Amino acid sequence: MIAHAIVFYIFSLIAIVSAIMVTVSKNTVNSVFFLILDFISISCLFIMIGAEFLGMIMLIVYVGAVAVLFLFVVMMLNVAQQKNEWFNSSGRSSHIPVGLLVSIIIFFELIIVIGGWKYKPDLLDSIAIEINTHLTNTQSLGSVIYTDYIHLFQLSGMVLLVAMIGAIVLTFRQRSGVKRQSYFKQISRDRKDGIELVDVENNKGVKIDA
Amino acid sequence: MAELFIFFEQIYRILFLLIPVLVSVAMIVWLDRRVWAFVQKRRGPNVVGPFGLFQTLADALKYIFKEIIIPASSNKVIFILAPIVTMTLALIAWAVIPFSETFVLADINVGILYLFAVSSLGVYGIIMGGWASNSKYPFLGAIRSAAQMVSYEVSIGVIIINVLLCVGSLNLSDIVLAQKDLWFVIPLFPMFIIFFISALAETNRPPFDLPEAEAELVAGYQTEYSGMMYAMFWLGEYANILLMCAMGSILFLGGWLSPIDLFPFNVIPAPIWLILKILFLFILFALIKAIVPRYRYDQLMKLGWKIFLPFSLIYVVLTASFLMYFDLLPGN
Repeated sequence: MIAHAIVFYIFSLIAIVSAIMVTVSKNTVNSVFFLILDFISISCLFIMIGAEFLGMIMLIVYVGAVAVLFLFVVMMLNVAQQKNEWFNSSGRSSHIPVGLLVSIIIFFELIIVIGGWKYKPDLLDSIAIEINTHLTNTQSLGSVIYTDYIHLFQLSGMVLLVAMIGAIVLTFRQRSGVKRQSYFKQISRDRKDGIELVDVENNKGVKIDA
Repeated sequence: MAELFIFFEQIYRILFLLIPVLVSVAMIVWLDRRVWAFVQKRRGPNVVGPFGLFQTLADALKYIFKEIIIPASSNKVIFILAPIVTMTLALIAWAVIPFSETFVLADINVGILYLFAVSSLGVYGIIMGGWASNSKYPFLGAIRSAAQMVSYEVSIGVIIINVLLCVGSLNLSDIVLAQKDLWFVIPLFPMFIIFFISALAETNRPPFDLPEAEAELVAGYQTEYSGMMYAMFWLGEYANILLMCAMGSILFLGGWLSPIDLFPFNVIPAPIWLILKILFLFILFALIKAIVPRYRYDQLMKLGWKIFLPFSLIYVVLTASFLMYFDLLPGN
């Protein structure tokens, strides 16, 4: 049990420190790396409380895909140029009031979450589906999500689909004058289409239409 | 005291797994070069040791004694961290690989997810190395490689779902045991082919070695690396290749099961079968390196997103409907 506690505190320490470093560090790329470290230690905490499916999915989705895209975008920015612009800009930034509002809301949400243990017994009573401790959590998630909560599941899928289409529409641009290969055309070419034998008359040449 | 004993026992078991993996990585590099040479009618490395077996060790020795050069304008911490990340991720994944019914370091419930997660983290070593070098070729190589690995991971994930539908468990030992009567390579043969090709792309092997396409990018993300740090990238890469082969043999070729449960076959110990299957897949990897020309980048992306992904998604629907119709779903 002591070992368990020690490991727990190590991971939570890493999580908190790296979360602070995400906001403090001045280099954007370093921030993203700290964010990744944060994700990894949070998923380790998930695994420690027995939610191994959630932890692994967190690793795969957030660290393996989302953070890679973050990193992708951030690395493309010119780091030398945008260094410290935020902190050094003279005059008052217009982002501060909005940022304050968001952070106050998040702060109250956090208070509610941290106060959660007060409501835990009531919460446990109000759970619609009884907790089955014999099944692994992957099995129990699967048996609930695709049966009782199928509509919510489908709804979230629809939301994601709409978001995906929106992102494609926003970034889609048709460029003219780009040479594209069509595999179908290439493969379906045969000798007849490619080569034409012409008897050329003297001093007349052949007219080629492209 | 008892806890200390458990601690040392675990360390012993970890070393008992890791040292053979590292040695086999060295051997596999030799095998790769040998197969490559034989296809091209050369001899390959054959001087150091019997059949040139110690060639990789000699190379490693050379790398150790070379100077490590860190570019002046690089981000030093991340530059040094990158090969360490690659190497670590390539090695920790072996913890869940079952070599026999009892010989597995960590028999966890979500083993296949763990493997998938670790192999999807592998891209960080490459991105970090490419970015921290602060030079154009490594950065372009890193970006290419990140896009490539993320794309092919998606189809590998869908292929894994196919297998999981037939097994009904995420545990690797269960996946192997579910193939006792029929290896999944037979009913899921198209998925096996797609998995194999995606594994080539995921490990940046030819014909998908665009991140280090020497004609365009010098050596991709490794350009600025030298000495031991280059050797670590290299070891990590080959350990990853071995891992993908192990994953393929567990998912499709029945892991440590013998092909037929008859006398001469079932006497051979289980780990040997797994090793033979891994070797078989690796020799295919090496042959493909020798005989297939490199893909162009847009072809690679097209193959991943427009062909493999839809095809494996359709196959998921087919597998699920088939299992449902014939009432073969596991767990019923």
